[in-house]
Amino acid sequence: MADTTVHAVSAHAPTNAHVTGHDTATGLSNNKLAMWMFLGSECLLFGGLISTYMLYRGRHDGDPGPAQVFDIPLTSVSSFVLLMSSLTMVLAVNAAKAKDDRNTKLWLTVTALLGSLFVGGQVYEFTAFYKEGLGFTTSLFASSFFTLTGFHGVHVSVGVMMLLALVAIISRSRVTGNKAEVVELVGLYWHFVDVVWVVIFTLVYLIPA
Amino acid sequence: MSTEVVEHDHPTNRYFIWTAAVLAGFTALEASTYWVDFGSFATPLLLTLMTIKFFVILLVFMHLKYDSKLFGVMFYIGLGLALGVYIAALCTFQFFAR
Repeated sequence: MADTTVHAVSAHAPTNAHVTGHDTATGLSNNKLAMWMFLGSECLLFGGLISTYMLYRGRHDGDPGPAQVFDIPLTSVSSFVLLMSSLTMVLAVNAAKAKDDRNTKLWLTVTALLGSLFVGGQVYEFTAFYKEGLGFTTSLFASSFFTLTGFHGVHVSVGVMMLLALVAIISRSRVTGNKAEVVELVGLYWHFVDVVWVVIFTLVYLIPA
Repeated sequence: MSTEVVEHDHPTNRYFIWTAAVLAGFTALEASTYWVDFGSFATPLLLTLMTIKFFVILLVFMHLKYDSKLFGVMFYIGLGLALGVYIAALCTFQFFAR
């Protein structure tokens, strides 16, 4: 009976089931599929925020604008830090697939540290802007800028918490299900946060208004 | 009950390190536009580099190149809708408002 079920499932999803080995209707991991759907919906959130910023970035009559406040060298370093955190994340995923718990925890911790460094840079940047007279309600430019980069910063912070929580549950051997897949799911979220920053760095900071 | 499990091609750490090095080079090139005047080429260059970095991270680091196409479909639907939102917002506020 069990064999019949497997064959029936495989018949519906012959291209995926043999690749991934998941006994689902699609032959794929439902968790991973859900994560990709979530990331697709996140594109809409950031698409809306980036659109709003692009429309309002020139609206700062007499108040500090992008050219006056942006610190491109600092933001470039922050971008590099976040990019390197994506590298350490894939190294963690590879270590998890090799069932190497020690290196998985090491790379996850390094990723969390790099993420924290990025968030620290953003807090420093926001503080500097505020001291230069750019508050949340100063202008439409300021509101849309703080909303967009603030939302991104919150996403990075949530990612750091997920990474540290993952290190803790791996240390206590409390991961339920496929450990490598759990690490990969957190990795997908982390890379998405990096991908969004690639767009923000170019459209918000580098392309002049 | 036996399910055939075949490991799909999975990149090595060395491959990921090379990819990250290339992405870091692109980031340095992007940042250089702040100090070096590229004239009218700056914006097209920045947009091209951004697009390349976006898809390299998506395809290599997020394994979309090696995984099922269904995952990509889920993501690209969201991405397409996001682009639609931007185009609609731009048209509404920049063109129709005039």
